[in-house]
Amino acid sequence: MMETMRTATGETALLASVRDLSVVFPARRGKPPVTAVDRVSFDIGPGRTLGLVGQSGSGKTTTGRAVLQLQKVHSGSVRLLGEELIGMPSARLRRMRRHMQFVLQNPYSSLHPRMTIAQTLAEPLRVHRSVPANRIRERVAELLELVSMDPAVMQRYPHEFSGGQRQRIVIARALAVNPDFVVCDEPVSALDVRTQAQIVALLQSLQEKLGLSYLFIAHDLAIVREVSHDVAVMFNGRIVEHGSVAQVYDSPGHPYTQMLLDAVPIPDPAIQRQRLRAAPPDLDFARPEEDGSCRFGEDHRRTGTPPFHVGGDGHGVSCRSWPLT
Amino acid sequence: MSKADPILRVRDLTARIVTRKETFQAVRGISFDIGAGEAVGFVGESGCGKSVTARALMRLAPEGTAIALDGAVDFHGQDLLRLGEVAMRDIRGRRIAMVFQDPMTSLNPVMSIGAQIDDIVCRHMGLSRREARQRTVELLASVGIPDAAHRADDYPHQFSGGMRQRVLIAVAISCDPELLIADEPTTALDVTVQAQILRLLLRLRDERGMSLMLITHDFGVVAGMVERVNVMYGGEIVEAGPVEQVFHAPGHAYTRALLDAVPRLDSAGQKQ
Repeated sequence: MMETMRTATGETALLASVRDLSVVFPARRGKPPVTAVDRVSFDIGPGRTLGLVGQSGSGKTTTGRAVLQLQKVHSGSVRLLGEELIGMPSARLRRMRRHMQFVLQNPYSSLHPRMTIAQTLAEPLRVHRSVPANRIRERVAELLELVSMDPAVMQRYPHEFSGGQRQRIVIARALAVNPDFVVCDEPVSALDVRTQAQIVALLQSLQEKLGLSYLFIAHDLAIVREVSHDVAVMFNGRIVEHGSVAQVYDSPGHPYTQMLLDAVPIPDPAIQRQRLRAAPPDLDFARPEEDGSCRFGEDHRRTGTPPFHVGGDGHGVSCRSWPLT
Repeated sequence: MSKADPILRVRDLTARIVTRKETFQAVRGISFDIGAGEAVGFVGESGCGKSVTARALMRLAPEGTAIALDGAVDFHGQDLLRLGEVAMRDIRGRRIAMVFQDPMTSLNPVMSIGAQIDDIVCRHMGLSRREARQRTVELLASVGIPDAAHRADDYPHQFSGGMRQRVLIAVAISCDPELLIADEPTTALDVTVQAQILRLLLRLRDERGMSLMLITHDFGVVAGMVERVNVMYGGEIVEAGPVEQVFHAPGHAYTRALLDAVPRLDSAGQKQ
């Protein structure tokens, strides 16, 4: 997978590179430990977006948090701008944080209700000492303009803004310290469809303008297709398919991806009626591991290779979690 | 479809929401019909008045507010807005039932699922405890809860989001309502679970011949579910018509803007 990823992104240096990342939640009240993220690997090049899709509970949010070192990692490697983040001393990690920021789903709970917009946006600037104190106001105004808001609103409080405006403020806060990499965790799922389209357009224009890289986590496959260059599909803590947007959406290789795509409602009455009336196959994707050769004829236990098969075009499909048909 | 025989005829309905701070008009004189066995969609963005419309039919105020209604809501020849509270209680939940968006908060967390449904069935249908439990298990099975007899003893937290929504649908259909109002029934759910819940609603409607009022912000959700659509904006119905017409030849600029904003999987996908 490593080799093909390198060819997929060309010779350019990778911005973020994740290898065999695992997160294990410890045993609790007699329940066995849960492997929430299981040997996940992916790369994100500069100015690129990797979409991470999957159902709730598939481990996509935990993956995002683990990449940002907001979640204790069990094993694996996360390199940002060539530096290994796992095991990095906390003082250095704090300095690295200015390169990686995040935007969360709920713009209602992610802004402090008693802080003005100016205070909210100034906080990261002070913490990271990214601009001198006498320039903070200027930078705050600049940030608001960047997300197409009137700088005159900076003395107002979050409750005075709509969901879409709040999400613009959250994005401005993430951009305050000039990050290279932003993890967007369901950034538009709490918004109305027209507001969604506006925020997606904003994220895209910011990417062009500032060369940002995104890890875009969402359960909405249509939105992920719109914003991403590459897509990884997660199921049960694992990536079951990975490739360019065209590869994954137009010729899905894993039946789980196909099932997700089939479930997306299509805004056309005749087609959608037909899709709903067609009885869905009741597939069981959570199948136990098998020994011996996998469905692609490889015995991973013997060869020691990961159960993930990458074609010459960089389109990877897991041989695990295939339901019996 | 059955326009000749509407079970619900709403005329010039206005709803003013009264909070401690202010009063605002959430619904501004709307009129529509719902036929027997017909499914009608209400589409619009948050704040357009679609949920208030649904609550107005049941004479329910959004939490922490009061609601002032005007106009006429004719249900089988009775004007619900002029009905006494006791008579209204007979209609609410029994002849018109409602499913809300959030399956997490609509159930009592410290009562087993079965006990909650038993209560409702007892109250509304006058059954004994034993008969009620039998009915509860039937209901749970009919909404696709596997092993319903045993799952009835489980608590809400032991159910997934999709299963909880099934439970709420079971509660809603427990008294064989003539009209089921579903307010964003799948918004909190994953796309595959959403498809399951929509299929369930379609099946129940077919089997029971009940009418369905489906409220959503998602044009994809209404597309395969309803015969007619009302598009709401600013408390008014700005476009109404058969679902095909609204999707393929929207007459109002706002409808077009909403449809254009829907992200599409790809252009080829629509053609298949």
